[in-house]
Amino acid sequence: MAEAARIHPLAGRRLALPGLSLEPCPPAERLSLRAGEDALAAIDEALGLALPRRPMASATAGGLAALWLGPDEWLIVADEGAGLAGRLAALTGIAFSAVDLSHRNTAISIDGDKAVLALAAGCPRDLSPAAFPVGACSRTVLGKAEIVLAREAPARFRVECWRSFADYVWNYLVDAAKSA
Amino acid sequence: MTVAAPHAGANRIAGKGRLSPARTVSFTFDRRPYTALAGDTLASALLANGVNLVGRSFKYHRPRGVLSAGADEPNALVGVARDAARFQPNVRATAQEVFDGLIATSQNRWPSLAFDIGAGNDFVGRFFPAGFYYKTFMWPAAAWKRLYEPVIRAAAGLGMAPKEPDPDRYANRFAHCDLLVVGAGPAGLAAALGAARAGRRVILADENAVPGGSLLATNEALIDGVPGFDWAAAVVAELSSKDNVTVLPRTTAFGYYAQNMVALAERLTDHLARPAPDAPRERLWQVRAGKVVLATGAIERQIVFADNDRPGIMLASAARLYLNHYGVTPGRKIGVYAACDSAWAAAFDLKAAGVEIAAIVDCRAEVPTDLVARANDLAIGVLAGHAVTGTSGRLRVRSMRVAPLAGGGSREFEIDCLLMSGGWTPSVHLFSQSRGGLAYDAANGRFLPGTAAQDCICVGACNGTLTLEDALAEGAAAAGVTPPDAEETASMAGHLLGAASGAGPRDFVKAFVDFQNDVTAKDIRQAVREGMRSIEHVKRYTTNGMATDQGKTANMHGLAIAAETLGKDIPEVGLTTFRPPYTPVTFGAIVNHARGELFDVTRRTPIHGWAEQNGAVFEDVGNWKRTWYFPRPGEDMAAAVNRECRTTRQVAGIFDASTLGKIEVVGPDAVGFMNLLYTNAWDRLDVGRCRYGIMLREDGYIYDDGVVGRLAEDRFHVTTTTGGAPRVLHHMEDYLQTEFPHLKVWLTSVSEQWAVVAVQGPRARDIVAPLIEDVDLAAMPHMSIRQGRCCGVPARIMRVSFTGELGFEINVPADFGRAVWEAVWERGEPLGMVPYGTEAMHVMRAEKGFIIVGQDTDGTVTPDDAGLGWAVGRSKPDFVGIRGLRRPDLAAGGRRQLVGLRTRDPRTVLEEGAQIVADPHQPVPMKMIGFVTSSYWSDNCGHSIALALIDDGRARLGQTLYVPMASETIAVEVTATVFLDPEGKRLDG
Repeated sequence: MAEAARIHPLAGRRLALPGLSLEPCPPAERLSLRAGEDALAAIDEALGLALPRRPMASATAGGLAALWLGPDEWLIVADEGAGLAGRLAALTGIAFSAVDLSHRNTAISIDGDKAVLALAAGCPRDLSPAAFPVGACSRTVLGKAEIVLAREAPARFRVECWRSFADYVWNYLVDAAKSA
Repeated sequence: MTVAAPHAGANRIAGKGRLSPARTVSFTFDRRPYTALAGDTLASALLANGVNLVGRSFKYHRPRGVLSAGADEPNALVGVARDAARFQPNVRATAQEVFDGLIATSQNRWPSLAFDIGAGNDFVGRFFPAGFYYKTFMWPAAAWKRLYEPVIRAAAGLGMAPKEPDPDRYANRFAHCDLLVVGAGPAGLAAALGAARAGRRVILADENAVPGGSLLATNEALIDGVPGFDWAAAVVAELSSKDNVTVLPRTTAFGYYAQNMVALAERLTDHLARPAPDAPRERLWQVRAGKVVLATGAIERQIVFADNDRPGIMLASAARLYLNHYGVTPGRKIGVYAACDSAWAAAFDLKAAGVEIAAIVDCRAEVPTDLVARANDLAIGVLAGHAVTGTSGRLRVRSMRVAPLAGGGSREFEIDCLLMSGGWTPSVHLFSQSRGGLAYDAANGRFLPGTAAQDCICVGACNGTLTLEDALAEGAAAAGVTPPDAEETASMAGHLLGAASGAGPRDFVKAFVDFQNDVTAKDIRQAVREGMRSIEHVKRYTTNGMATDQGKTANMHGLAIAAETLGKDIPEVGLTTFRPPYTPVTFGAIVNHARGELFDVTRRTPIHGWAEQNGAVFEDVGNWKRTWYFPRPGEDMAAAVNRECRTTRQVAGIFDASTLGKIEVVGPDAVGFMNLLYTNAWDRLDVGRCRYGIMLREDGYIYDDGVVGRLAEDRFHVTTTTGGAPRVLHHMEDYLQTEFPHLKVWLTSVSEQWAVVAVQGPRARDIVAPLIEDVDLAAMPHMSIRQGRCCGVPARIMRVSFTGELGFEINVPADFGRAVWEAVWERGEPLGMVPYGTEAMHVMRAEKGFIIVGQDTDGTVTPDDAGLGWAVGRSKPDFVGIRGLRRPDLAAGGRRQLVGLRTRDPRTVLEEGAQIVADPHQPVPMKMIGFVTSSYWSDNCGHSIALALIDDGRARLGQTLYVPMASETIAVEVTATVFLDPEGKRLDG
């Protein structure tokens, strides 16, 4: 059977202003990974990446990013086809939870000199390079929406949110970008 | 004396001030055109043009002029516009910068500012005493709405708000810094500069357009050998060039909250003639500061004497600022009434600029000899130990009456302007908002910052510091650096609190304490005589300090007069609370981005677009837009819902259930956790099967419900109500973290991972089956769940039914939802399937007696009350709510229970919420025994149906009860809750 067509929640959107661009990130595989300390070594091995153990830290390896969201919680984001669930399915005898969130979340890439100012219109976090360096990530808010924010480059951030909040988050960033 | 070119204003003095005479702008005031200089405030421009009458007072409609030169202005409130929609009432003319094309209008006068009918209030003023409203407008109550309120509002008001929607944009910014400095006067600049040079992150906010604070008013101060104003400009230039510093002019710190969160309002375009169309008008800053330096300065007070409010009477420091910064003199023959040294400096500067000074009247018997010597040098007459006991002049002051304090005859001086200084009130507003304690300094008649409650330090005049040298030293010390050298001779010593000579208890005069709310010394005394003892009561009774200026010039005088009348010391009478905002803040700034589509989040399902294209009407469920019904051309809601209900039961219906809350419960202790959170027993739920679960609160009442499927030994797919999804997850997480932290189980919201296409009806299997791979639908029993594929994508297929029909809910990854929905639609439409919305869903579930939590339960309904006692695992040792259920009143029989109702007339549809009685003939008030929770017309049943919670309801089956309505009393029969297919045969198609 022909596979059903996939429709991105922000399909077709794009914004380019002087000093700022916004675009939807391509579809990705995502897992919510929950595990205690005892399970981490085995999971690190299965993923081929050392899960970050420090708050707000992230780690990347082989097309995979692991974002620390809590003492026992990570958001794993990988390119389409990475087969995350399969890699973890083989693990037995350890207690953890891996739940597919590939479609629950969507992401927006915000890039440019004004990115920090646009985000600061709705995000109360300190986004200075010292407090939120490249590689930092955090579950936080943008206006009334919960987001996961990750700094991928000095002037580029990834904003993850639930798909039905994407329209609001996008519009908020556009409004903020225009007044940044 | 030379006068500048006439277009700059007749009161502009050539060679004075810092504005360029070459740069002129045009504006209008009450439709008359005027010319100003770029950099003028509306107040300085009006004064330059000889306009002294700018407003009418709130209660008595007395003519008023400009009192001050800053944020403390109580009188000069005007409407300012650039076009019809961009109109702002109650703007302080002293804070509004003039721009080319500005349109200003006076307020609170009719028909004109010079001739105002409302001024009659002034002559009958004795009939408007303190507490007038409390005493007069008491009865009849009906008169409030029709007579009193409209009349009062029209007669005693501020400006009118525009009726058009606000066309401007507003913005917000969260910011973090090591040091937030509020105030760009000498102390604030010294602190900011020290911290900036040390590489710390600094935000410097000042409410004025030009930095310098008190340095703007003087030409005498030297800092590091240069004039103070130039020093300030150089410091700001250096700060602005640094990456670690944000300099915010035109920015008022208006609120100081917990943990050093300070709110700032930045005015971005109100000073511009032609702002960029997309530029935000204002920006709200929410600053989290490591440390806050408050350098907010001090506010000069008036002197409270008879008729101290005539146009042309102003604060001495304001006149000095108008002269030295704007090059404007407020008069040509000026009297000075001083209780403080600083007023003398104004007189000296004006005299030196060629303005005649009628006399310096100082109520102090002893004044510093150097001031007297300088006055003598400048040939200014000095009357120490004297008081101004009255003034004349209707639309502008014409004379002052001066009398010796020791007694004796008074003299009249002809003047056109009177400057006064009752001393300085440190601006402790923000410090007090931060919960810092204030200490009374009796020697100087002022409250000073005491113990700080947050990491915050006060420097300069707001800390009571009187000299430039000390202010700079305090500012520099706050940043841990050495202060610059300072030279200044001006002094701020001396003060007078309360009523001055001639405005005492036996004087029947209007000596204003609060200009904006027209509160006089007499009113304060009367409030005390009528029993007010606390300053908080005096304030509310007289409205002293309750106007938009929040009593910046009034509060200390009011307090002093109340204390004197009570015979108490000032600290015993107390100080009113300082509340944000320091100055008025627009709603636009507070709301900022949250307008229009950003007012709140609108959540739409992946299938929303299809529903929209197919004519769906939507309803709001929380933040979700849900399809309510799908009317066909010519159909009203009832017809559409009836058709959707009929067709679903005859053929099939397709329903977007994507908004259902979904939680994945995973871990070796998943089943143990489920046992604790739900009333049901989950141990014996096989993998691949589903069960209807009920969740209670600790008190034993139903909290939520939903179908739960077991995907694996250690994995459950839990569904919740749409509205309950977030709180159910929080409830579960709360118990997991606090009560059951030993369990190895994790909870993840997957509500939006899965789009849910529900197909219900006898043809459901025929429609869905061809699209499904890896799952044998025919082998799926009712209440089962399978993982397979639908339309080639991974799917969780549940055989469940909220309609009582054969039904499947196909969960697919959300991005595929639309395509899968369309594929199912393509299959089903030729067979006669219809899409249905939430209304038909509600009707069909009620036909089956299925409850909706929150509609048929109200937080006081147990599972047994709802007829769901079977879902409680009686042998379970523990679950949330088990102890609540054992409370005697919850375990007792005869509780209010859910039953069905049928109206005697089958076509009558009851109102949801209607009350139910056993005997309609009993006297009113009748004993209510329950109420209707759900009520619909059921086309499938051919009669109306209702669910109701009724006392001992199940014992009343078959009884006739009554629903009394306004127009009729409706007889109803108590029935079981299931109206259709009680045997459940339809579940098999």
